[in-house]
Amino acid sequence: MNINLELTDKKAPVSGEVRMSTKNLSLYYGDFQALRDITLNIPENAITAVIGPSGCGKSTFLRLFNRMNDLITGVKVDGRVELDGINIYDRDIDVVELRKKVGMVFQKPNPFPMSVFENVAFGPRRHGRKNRMELEDVVEKSLKQAALWDEVKDKLGQSALALSGGQQQRLCIARVLAVEPEVILMDEPCSALDPIATLRIEDLMKSLAENYTIVIVTHNMQQAARVSDMSAFFMMEEDRAGILVEYGPTAELFTNPKDKRTEDYITGRFG
Amino acid sequence: MEIRTAFHKKLRQIQGEILAMGNMVEKAIEQSIEALKNRNLDMANRIITDDRNINRKRYEIEERCIQLIATQQPMASDLRNIICILNIITELERIGDYAEGIAKIVLMIGDEPPLKPLIDIPRMAEKTVDMLHRSLDALGNHNAEAARQIATEDNEVDDLYDQVFRELLSFMIEDPKTITRATRLIWVAHNLERSADRVTNICERVVFFVTGKMEEIGASKY
Repeated sequence: MNINLELTDKKAPVSGEVRMSTKNLSLYYGDFQALRDITLNIPENAITAVIGPSGCGKSTFLRLFNRMNDLITGVKVDGRVELDGINIYDRDIDVVELRKKVGMVFQKPNPFPMSVFENVAFGPRRHGRKNRMELEDVVEKSLKQAALWDEVKDKLGQSALALSGGQQQRLCIARVLAVEPEVILMDEPCSALDPIATLRIEDLMKSLAENYTIVIVTHNMQQAARVSDMSAFFMMEEDRAGILVEYGPTAELFTNPKDKRTEDYITGRFG
Repeated sequence: MEIRTAFHKKLRQIQGEILAMGNMVEKAIEQSIEALKNRNLDMANRIITDDRNINRKRYEIEERCIQLIATQQPMASDLRNIICILNIITELERIGDYAEGIAKIVLMIGDEPPLKPLIDIPRMAEKTVDMLHRSLDALGNHNAEAARQIATEDNEVDDLYDQVFRELLSFMIEDPKTITRATRLIWVAHNLERSADRVTNICERVVFFVTGKMEEIGASKY
């Protein structure tokens, strides 16, 4: 008699609906195919991590979700990228509105050269909120959500550039939160930060995931393991096109990956 | 291209250490039965002293595993390998304790005349040592199928235990003067039966390491 023990539920870290997805998605830079036939669902109110070796198309993949790749000439996209079931590459999509719904945090903190307050108020102002009281509320709420309020509440008028790297990154997160997005994309958000600032951002991500859908690209496998609910492993094929090798619950992928290539990568047997 | 060579070398070294520990435990079981058969009290005393080395080895391996977890953040099969080793060393140490227990019984028996020639008890020991040896081979060869097979063989040890128990019981019924000696032999048999159960635990751990699945294989009769 063999009894299979499933003591912990590694299968279903997230019960939510699919918030974003790609369907048979390929992306080309001119003649070069950067992504090949990627189909993947991003669950809502959860953290999805994308890992893989350099050059496998992780960042390109992330930038699909708010059409940041549009800014690069010669980019061609095949297949669908959906937000709540709507193809965001349809012609009638308002890209400004899309980027409000799908915010982005970059590798290096990039606060605007203005005050802490103005950094956070910038987005809401652009989207038409002018009332000072209302803006003050949004700024306070966003900074609180980004776990930065207590550190900056007495220096809202000071330049954001005077903050530490970790604080600047949290400010950038607050700036994204201020426009009330649905999805937050993070491209290596901690790679320029020290370990303590990194752990603070990770902790913040965890609390944000209660209300937001987060997709993070990271080189740091341990970070993906610590922070995410779902993990996707990308790698390059012979012609250097990025493919999705394996996608599943993080607890499963890092303890018992299905694909030998995932196993070899995360145990450091190829690099 | 292997990139974590230093880490994987350390992991292989630990694998080697666990085989060494396995040898120590196998030897302890074998010698405990030797000592019982030959009334060799010196040997029994040596097994008791040597058990400390087994315990020390266990803590050494445990410490190395902890260091690897803390410094190398092992993932996937590497992580399962280390967790599996941590579990197996506990089982091995415990089997060592059973051997020590048998040695202590040998000292208790001292030079009392033997109750009967020992046949099934040495067989139990032989089978248990064989299972133990092959379970560690299965670990080294990443062979889950072999591990599952070995675990089922625990039934044979259980059957021998039943036989020993019935036989000694009949001795005691016939002649109550044999009760003390018979009871001591039942303790010995019980220690061996438990040792074989521990081997099935090792087998379950090997299956987990290889497949990532936690399985309880053939729950023992005892």
